[in-house]
Amino acid sequence: MALAAGTPAPDFKLQVTPDQAVSLADFRGKPLILAFYPADWSPVCGDQMALYNEVLPEFRKFGAEILGISVDGVWCHLAFAKDRKLHFPLLADFEPKGGVAQKFGAYDNANGICERALFVLDGDGVIRWSYVSPIAINPGADGILEALEGLAGKGAH
Amino acid sequence: MSGHGLKPPVGPSDHVEGPADAPVTLVEYGDYQCPYCGEAYPIVKQVQKKLGAKLRFVFRNFPLAEAHPFATGAAEMAEAAGLQDKFWQMHDMLYEHQDALDPDSLVEHARHLHLDMAKLKTTLGSSAVAEHVRSDFMSGVRSGVNGTPSFFVNGVRFDGNWTDADEFAAALEAVANAV
Repeated sequence: MALAAGTPAPDFKLQVTPDQAVSLADFRGKPLILAFYPADWSPVCGDQMALYNEVLPEFRKFGAEILGISVDGVWCHLAFAKDRKLHFPLLADFEPKGGVAQKFGAYDNANGICERALFVLDGDGVIRWSYVSPIAINPGADGILEALEGLAGKGAH
Repeated sequence: MSGHGLKPPVGPSDHVEGPADAPVTLVEYGDYQCPYCGEAYPIVKQVQKKLGAKLRFVFRNFPLAEAHPFATGAAEMAEAAGLQDKFWQMHDMLYEHQDALDPDSLVEHARHLHLDMAKLKTTLGSSAVAEHVRSDFMSGVRSGVNGTPSFFVNGVRFDGNWTDADEFAAALEAVANAV
């Protein structure tokens, strides 16, 4: 079961490039979207990461950042991000494999890949929305935007 | 997400083929440079033929601009042609020439369709068509579009198989009969 709304997100530190790691704490103070996904290089143009890349300006309107997370290694991520011209970081949940996804309840043990699981965290690192999509179905971006709107609405009160 | 619904519903700013009172409305979110949309193009034509007056078809733009550098320009050209009542002619032209969507080729297509070139230049220079394309794109995001092409049948995202015209038409017939 994926961690539910109201749960503080488990901290993590993952490589984003061969010599650079990011941790959850780096994103304190702004909404953060965590998008776990099964693998780089899925053979469709409108794949999940490509879609988020296109919607990135809308996420940024809410001051939000997005991180893609899969079990692929950093070199694979770099090649994939370059090929798809992605403008946000991909994190390698590579060693121990799927360790962070497991903490979030977003790991498919049978297949050894991350689930298609989405988490929207508030500026305090608390999960405010989560959703797990069937593995074959790209969940789109509408749920994320609604969650970000919910957060923004709360902040205004 | 489950229960993805079309937002906003089909309205006056949409490009529509088929009768307004058709029992089935098929909305496609598409990208002119996407090869899968190119595959869908003749299939949609066949489905339209099979269903006849039972089907209303609507096309909305969903250019994946980062992946497809010519997609936005092509979408804007189709919208600009629409302002000269030639949206569908341009739409068809673009899908039939997916290998020629660069700016020079787009101008050639416009000439071929006898668009008023002066008017076209003014239209493309204004922000109206770009806004229309962006607004289509955002409506797609809000509706749960998760790739191209994405189809909506009577307002609900269609996750079935569209790659086979017979199967796609049968699914739409079933909706028509249930209405």
